[in-house]
Amino acid sequence: MFNWIQNFADWLIYSVIGIGAETHLGIALNFFVYDVLKILILLFLIVFLMGIVNAYLPIEKLKNFLNRKKLYGLEYLFASIFGAITPFCSCSSVPLFIGFVQGGIPLGVTFAFLITSPLVNEVAIAMFIGMFGLKATLIYATSGVLLGAIGGWVLSKFNLESLLSDWVKKILANKMEHAEYEEAKLTFRQRLPEITRGAWDIVKGVVLYVVIGIAIGAAMHGYVPENFFEKYLGGGEWWTVPLAVIVAVPMYANAAGIVPVIQVFVAKGVPLGTAIAFMMATVGLSIPEATLLKKVMSLKLIAIYFGVVTLFIILSGYIFNILL
Amino acid sequence: MKQIKVLGPGCAKCKTTHSNVLEALKQSGIEAHVEKIEDIEEMMKYNVLTTPVLMIDDVVKVKGRVPQVSEIIDLLM
Repeated sequence: MFNWIQNFADWLIYSVIGIGAETHLGIALNFFVYDVLKILILLFLIVFLMGIVNAYLPIEKLKNFLNRKKLYGLEYLFASIFGAITPFCSCSSVPLFIGFVQGGIPLGVTFAFLITSPLVNEVAIAMFIGMFGLKATLIYATSGVLLGAIGGWVLSKFNLESLLSDWVKKILANKMEHAEYEEAKLTFRQRLPEITRGAWDIVKGVVLYVVIGIAIGAAMHGYVPENFFEKYLGGGEWWTVPLAVIVAVPMYANAAGIVPVIQVFVAKGVPLGTAIAFMMATVGLSIPEATLLKKVMSLKLIAIYFGVVTLFIILSGYIFNILL
Repeated sequence: MKQIKVLGPGCAKCKTTHSNVLEALKQSGIEAHVEKIEDIEEMMKYNVLTTPVLMIDDVVKVKGRVPQVSEIIDLLM
């Protein structure tokens, strides 16, 4: 699928610029051009596809579906899948959170959505396909969805309603007047330019991170010795998973920048499971997200939420390392 | 005069929507009162699930996406 990109990279570096295929610099530059192009094309395709899905995703209907009482616990899984397919925009997650709770969806189910929403997003998926291949991506996405569902279910056992902000409780207590709703129907053809532009905007927004991430990755490939991490960080020691996760939680690295660096960690001896756990903690939980959530819930609730999710990410890191 | 409201907690998409509204008004010569609602508490009164939201005279016209300038002009006509 990506052969033509390789041919282009070969042509550009070896023929046009004229750096020999046998030199270190030539090989490094070739890698760099190939990776950047491949990732950007994948990013655009996946973001574009998700844009089409989202343009037709009836959020109101999904909300009402989740509100049905007889889903036999599957509502956690559905909410989590729903969180995975909606595009990650931290500013939408708070209105969605309140809208869900207000619509009568249990807090735990809403949490399932809230956990998976940033965890499994189209940028992370595209980066994972590009750097680790389809199998690792499927593992990442599936376990992210499961983690959200189980995490939401566990959180539902805590009786957390009392820990929401006062004004949210007030909203829940009295039914509010809502604005009238009317929306112009657009055909697919009319929507396509907007979806394309949206995908293009996202790619433009992360291009710098992709380039920097791949550049750091390429540099590390050349200078970090083989099995470096295995030797100095103890590749498979029990404490590496919690360490990786706890370091990653406060980080808000753009997934686009962090994946190429993680790939080098894996190439140099860090187990894939530890790397996936690190990735999940980086994108799934962050200080900016906590700041946003502060508007709707108490610090104690945020702490419980982060605590439970962190614990589950660590656990899944161990499980990956056993299975993979 | 029309009342236009742009709802969104200040992310990039919400800012684009706001500037598109201003551009639409400039291009069409329509006069309107534009209000930007960034406070989540205030936003929730309008039952929004996805942002940005464009409201004209208290009717939700667009939600969860950025409307084009030409589309806004059509909605205002």
